[in-house]
Amino acid sequence: MNFDYNEEQQLLADSVRRYLAKDYAFEARKKIVASKDGWSPAVWEKLAEIGPTGLPFSPDYGGFGGGAVDLMGVMEALGDALLVEPYLATAGLGAQFVARAGSNAQKKAILPAVVEGKLKMAFAHTEKGSRYNLARVDAQAKKTAGGWEITGQKLVVLGAPAADKFVVSAKTDKGLSLFLVDSKNVKIKPYVTLDEQRAGDVSFSKAPGELVGAEGGALPVIEEVMDFATALVCAEAVGAMKFACDTTLEYLKTRKQFGVTIGTFQALQHRMVDMYVSYEQAKSMACLAASKVDAPADGPTAAQDRARSVSAAKIKIADNCRHISQEAIQLHGGMGMTDEMKVSHTFKRLTMIAQQFGDAEHHLARFASL
Amino acid sequence: MDLNYSQDESAFRDEVRGWIKQNLPQDLREKIANYDELGREDLLRWHKILAKKGWVAPSWPKEFGGTDWNVVQRYIFEEECGFAGTPPLIPFGLSMCGPVILRFGTPEQKKRFLPDIYNGDVFWCQGYSEPGSGSDLASLKTKAERQGNHYIVNGQKIWTTLGHIADWIFCLVRTDSTLSKRQEGISFLLIDMKTPGITVRPLILMDGGHEVNEVFFDNVKVPVENLIFEEGKGWTVAKYLLGHERMNTGRIGASKRELEKLKEFAARQTGDDGRPLIEDSRFRDKLTRVEVELMALEITNLRFLDQMRRSGQPPGADVSMLKIKGTEIQQALTELSMQAVGPMAQPFKSVANDPDFDEFTAGLAPRYCNFRKTTIYAGSNEIQRNIISKMTLGL
Repeated sequence: MNFDYNEEQQLLADSVRRYLAKDYAFEARKKIVASKDGWSPAVWEKLAEIGPTGLPFSPDYGGFGGGAVDLMGVMEALGDALLVEPYLATAGLGAQFVARAGSNAQKKAILPAVVEGKLKMAFAHTEKGSRYNLARVDAQAKKTAGGWEITGQKLVVLGAPAADKFVVSAKTDKGLSLFLVDSKNVKIKPYVTLDEQRAGDVSFSKAPGELVGAEGGALPVIEEVMDFATALVCAEAVGAMKFACDTTLEYLKTRKQFGVTIGTFQALQHRMVDMYVSYEQAKSMACLAASKVDAPADGPTAAQDRARSVSAAKIKIADNCRHISQEAIQLHGGMGMTDEMKVSHTFKRLTMIAQQFGDAEHHLARFASL
Repeated sequence: MDLNYSQDESAFRDEVRGWIKQNLPQDLREKIANYDELGREDLLRWHKILAKKGWVAPSWPKEFGGTDWNVVQRYIFEEECGFAGTPPLIPFGLSMCGPVILRFGTPEQKKRFLPDIYNGDVFWCQGYSEPGSGSDLASLKTKAERQGNHYIVNGQKIWTTLGHIADWIFCLVRTDSTLSKRQEGISFLLIDMKTPGITVRPLILMDGGHEVNEVFFDNVKVPVENLIFEEGKGWTVAKYLLGHERMNTGRIGASKRELEKLKEFAARQTGDDGRPLIEDSRFRDKLTRVEVELMALEITNLRFLDQMRRSGQPPGADVSMLKIKGTEIQQALTELSMQAVGPMAQPFKSVANDPDFDEFTAGLAPRYCNFRKTTIYAGSNEIQRNIISKMTLGL
């Protein structure tokens, strides 16, 4: 038993943290968010240079063969900085399908470019009415002479406007399947999300696609990748929570009312303590989720064990995202309501994470069903 | 990062689990399962079984009977005891007075008191709280005046757990009331409960149980050699002891066992619609949230232990967090158990072996009442928050 990051994990996390502290401070981030595309190619290039884009991919394709635990420290740093670049969409979702289910040719064509930061991806899955049910897909794929044609409408596709390639879920005669589709063959209605990331609704109209993995066999792969991405987002939440706690504590120590710092009031002290307790509990569950998605997938109960742990983690993370983010605003008083304070942006990101990849209620039901 | 126990740790867990299975007497096991009140003999029986095995005081130095286990092994041992449902080891001698004597006692005091504590030959209780001194312990008034080779003790202690079956009591007393700082002038005294002038009066709690008492001191003569550390330095001793008291307040093993029992019950209990209660999502979601909270607490506890093992530092204010969460979970489980039992929770004391009652309901309502104590005792959860606020957050 050991809860420390190893030297490599710590070094990578430190490099990312140092870089973001220098070039991704809150004011710099504001400019990126306000820019036309809402993300920065320079930042993306730098992330590829430092290593996160290559970390979770095999050395055969230029990566480092890392897992979720290896990425935890990085995700915490991204959560702290509120990174808006499509890192999760690319390395946590899109390219993971290729890495886990793709053919050798697909891996060769895609993964090295992802590792080098030259290719961004997105996972187009959610549809109108599907909510968090991963199996509910109406999009259709038809076999053609040259390959496949995908038709359907996907909603809230994270990172869609920046994506070069999509992995899209659609049904064939044999069931739920995955396809690679080039972004030039889709129509995107882009928008800004609550937490200032870019997403969009994506229409596929007889879009040419390449089958990824076994036809009709997509569901277990989707569950596996979603669990991986959920573990990453749990670690990201931990980083954002830490910032919310630290900055609130700092505020309690400096803000004066009635002639004293407000941190001398016991009513506020106890609420602050409860925020830190929430943070520690969330961090513990993020460790659990990352460890379980990295565990070897052998044995009949491995997938179930993984899913149970990830759902347990997401329940706790979702609940504590709400608790910490809401308390951080309350303890900041009116200042917490303003756009100029970073904490209000952290509030938004934590609010989104609480609902991303399944809210607490979804994961309560999933946990109980396993 | 590796959340799994090492091979050695897993083997250790198996060893402990196997040994408890072999050595926990069946009648004690049943008493615990039925939440029966345990008497002095019940408690000391298990104590002596562990003492004979050499496992009764794991944290003590080897020469006094300690096991040389690291913090993780100690945690595993405690968790296994809790999970198996062994009688509790009463902490007053083993985890409170013992460690204090080990840290502050003279060689003579060590020789005189430690073997009896270890072997379970002397049963201790704790004389801290007073009617006017609860969370504000330093305001205590029980007086000890030096007269020749004795202290003359006068005053009253309250909430004295198991005082009615104890042989000795360790007390915080005021030896000097002239000092302006209340923490000064307090001393730590060991007192034989058979000394003339001591009266023990039961305080029956709302569950009907007798576990705490009032203890009155009326000109009680205590030899000066029963003073621990220096006169007037009792607060230093008390602070050291409080750190020990807060260890293992998470009671994770016991909560795991209660959770399992509750799940089993909810699976055989029917809800209003005739389906098993466990399938009622309103109930099940509450249960799952407690289960997840317990998972998080277990990992948090292991993270702290891992840090302690690495740094060699004693537990800091972080253990307050374990106390807060651990007791909240214990209370949540008793509350959910009451809810699960539904109308059958109303009889105050159901009869064991009565076929009309599910065994799960035995002692349930009194236990729900009794467990309200957990967020109050050993430093109320509000005091724990004060500690974290001051020590960890610097507020």
